[in-house]
Amino acid sequence: MIEPLVDVARDFPILQREINGHRLVWLDSAATAQKPNQVIDSVNDFYRWSNANVLRSVHTLAAEATTAFAESRRDIARFIGARKSEEVIFTRGTTEALNLVARGLGDSLTKVGDEIVVSPMEHHSNLIPWQQLAKRTGATLRYVELAQDGTITVDALRAVIGPSTRIVALSKVSNVLGTVNPIQAAGEMVHHVGGIIVVDGAQSVPHEPTDVQQLDIDFLAFSGHKMCGPTGIGVLWGKSQWLDQMEPLQYGGEMISYVDRDTATWAEVPEKFEGGTPNIAGSIGLSAATRYLSNIGMKKVHQHSQALGQLAFDTLYEIPAVTVYGPGRPHGAAIAFNIEGIHPHDIAQVFDSLGIAIRAGHHCAQPLMQWLGVGSTARASVYLYNGEQDILRLREAILETKRYFRR
Amino acid sequence: MNLDELYRETILDHNQSPRNRRALENPTKTVGLLNPTCGDQIKLDLQLEQGIVRDVGFTGQGCSISMASASMLTEAIKGQSIDDALALAQNFKAFLTGTPSRLPLGELEALQGVSQFPSRVKCATLAHNALEKMLAESDESS
Repeated sequence: MIEPLVDVARDFPILQREINGHRLVWLDSAATAQKPNQVIDSVNDFYRWSNANVLRSVHTLAAEATTAFAESRRDIARFIGARKSEEVIFTRGTTEALNLVARGLGDSLTKVGDEIVVSPMEHHSNLIPWQQLAKRTGATLRYVELAQDGTITVDALRAVIGPSTRIVALSKVSNVLGTVNPIQAAGEMVHHVGGIIVVDGAQSVPHEPTDVQQLDIDFLAFSGHKMCGPTGIGVLWGKSQWLDQMEPLQYGGEMISYVDRDTATWAEVPEKFEGGTPNIAGSIGLSAATRYLSNIGMKKVHQHSQALGQLAFDTLYEIPAVTVYGPGRPHGAAIAFNIEGIHPHDIAQVFDSLGIAIRAGHHCAQPLMQWLGVGSTARASVYLYNGEQDILRLREAILETKRYFRR
Repeated sequence: MNLDELYRETILDHNQSPRNRRALENPTKTVGLLNPTCGDQIKLDLQLEQGIVRDVGFTGQGCSISMASASMLTEAIKGQSIDDALALAQNFKAFLTGTPSRLPLGELEALQGVSQFPSRVKCATLAHNALEKMLAESDESS
């Protein structure tokens, strides 16, 4: 029996809630993860005892807040194996991070005749910024073909990455199929032709050890709220050589060096990209989340997520009239499925009546739905507070849904 | 929460055997509408004659609530004037947000349970919104 990795009763009060007379089973962590007390308390403590704006004032609280903000950046840099904490840029989340690279660097990196490579499994946030970039600069958007089981093979990458490729933008783990993508191979290929690789880590950073040096990538985007941190805080990590060239998108306070009536010069990285008062409490909460995860150990988190993801895949695969998408092994923490003749919204509704939270819809991946030939799917996703018991509840709920609509 | 309040027998029946689920051969008016939250879509075809809905059909994909609602709507407006059809759609939408309907809604009343599930109101009104959009467009063209 796979048990939750953490003391759920102690750390996650929300998971003690009863929903419609049943203990809540949270299987929607790919949308957002629940927050442990340790993270909630860190945010509370900041507002209650240390709140001040950062970087500018000389008083004691400002110094405390500035130190805490800088320490958060260091914690997060360490968590992803960044060489320098200045390479960590705070954003609102993955979406803002990816838009920042596409606009701030993509425009100067691509022109007519150049190619940008994405995959059909990308979340809209790692698709539309590149699609629109291609429209702006006249570059060509190319898609790597998916194999039958929704995986990306090295051969498929080789078929699409070539001398004209300037940017490859790929998710490390799919938010729908649970596919684990060959990021290192893609990186090697695009570096060979002098391009860059941008990685959407929204579904990978919460679940596995991340080392940007070892991955040898140029950019990594991820969100705090999917890894037990607060909403409204995320990260764009980038190699210094690219960040130095990248243009800021938000002009305003704190991001400048010198301003007169007609001109302005920019502050150094990362302040250059963080105009306005940053999400200080969010950064503190995210660093608390990285400590929470590191205390458990990301290797253990990874083993747990994969073991549960694969168990869920196998369990659903056995049920008649249920289609499970994506590869069986390895399978990430998100499991997309459909029940024959029952719309995903109706599945999610019956699940809710049983206290089980899943997602139903296109999961912000409409081109992937088109590739799968479905309008939408149901999706269950697991994290460190889930255990085998939750997968059994998932199975029961599917059987109950089938009974309910076949009455 | 009682699931049966939402999924009444009438709804399941219309979902399993939808009425008028077909494309019309020569529709006077046709309109497609997408529910961007879930990707569901509906296409509504109308055959109009002197301001009367002579025939109506719908195609598309969606959850049981949206498909049953479309099926019931098409039955309700067949033979009605455009004005009455529009009034029905508007009254039904108000009804789902708690305003009593001034018109008899017939079978559509079975969807009353949807008002307790705010996330499903968009499903239940997809066909009605399509009808409104279509008739608003015909206003512009006339």
